[in-house]
Amino acid sequence: MGSIIDFVSQPWPWYVAGPLIGLFVPALLIFGGKQLGLSSNLRHVCAATVPGRQEFFRYDWKRTGTWNLVMVLGIMIGGFIGLHLLASPGDSIDLSERTVGALSGLGVSDLTGFVPAQFISWKGLATLPGLVMVVGGGFFVGFGARYAGGCTSGHAISGLANLQVASLVAVVGFFIGGLFVTFVLLPVLL
Amino acid sequence: MHRDANTLTLDPIECIDSEQVPEEFKEKALAEGNQLSSLLGYLLFGVVFGIILVKSEVVSWFRIQEMFRFHSFHLHGVIGSAGVVAASSVLAIKRLGLKTIHGEPISIAPKQWTGVGTRYWLGGTFFGLGWALLGACPGPLFALIGGGITVLLVAFVAALAGTWTYAALRSRLPH
Repeated sequence: MGSIIDFVSQPWPWYVAGPLIGLFVPALLIFGGKQLGLSSNLRHVCAATVPGRQEFFRYDWKRTGTWNLVMVLGIMIGGFIGLHLLASPGDSIDLSERTVGALSGLGVSDLTGFVPAQFISWKGLATLPGLVMVVGGGFFVGFGARYAGGCTSGHAISGLANLQVASLVAVVGFFIGGLFVTFVLLPVLL
Repeated sequence: MHRDANTLTLDPIECIDSEQVPEEFKEKALAEGNQLSSLLGYLLFGVVFGIILVKSEVVSWFRIQEMFRFHSFHLHGVIGSAGVVAASSVLAIKRLGLKTIHGEPISIAPKQWTGVGTRYWLGGTFFGLGWALLGACPGPLFALIGGGITVLLVAFVAALAGTWTYAALRSRLPH
């Protein structure tokens, strides 16, 4: 048993994780006709808490969104299990040398854990880069996902699975934004 | 297409998790999906999904940087192979006419498309800005919060503010 835990505690290669993620699309469709898409939950939470007078939030979120919110609760539990009970040996990710070099060049020296603690932490929030990453990043994730009608799961996985041009365009957009941050914004910010 | 026409055709409640079944089966599928046994199933789906996101390091800010720098195939491989498996499965579901376990036919609604797809270009680009800054998209964000990186609750509230801002500006944004 110990050896099984040790085995799954190693980082999983892409050819194991990717196909497993892909199988969630047919699994959810067959289990109840549901489409994988996690950013909708941000909308459900708005509808449940501060709908204001926005027509966009005037719908029965309990009826349409409960299953997805429950799935998010599961993801949080899975995150806890992955980070604590099945934690990988070693405290850093096996990043490519070139990425390590590029990040060091930007002053990101602490590469342990899943997030750069110098910026993404309560202490880091008091720095300009930390504030932009956490608050600015979070804002654009929420704004962009609803504007585009989906996020990574809704467009890059389930949308492309149904061969939607809209999703292909959205994914190209993801990369336009991501490349801008990586090569223009971060070098200025850090 | 004319801008006004575009705006007017925006469904006020579009993109809600509608069931991917024919119209006449939607009520039934919704009711079944809210039964306790189904919800336990979705909870379990979530747990497994969360574990996969962590163990494949999709939740790593550093891996996202590596992906946008094209320095490693890892995340391209994860997303690419997920897409290939998902697309072949959807094709199989359509070809074989598979039904849900409750017997409803499966019929996946296409994404709305108007004009040149402005909302997907612009919305996608905004999302990409956020994804690269935060180093997490919504699924990984929830997994990391569950894993105890509590500062990301601030990012979650910011994401709600972003969602709310979209709702408020929606009728004035080009789609």
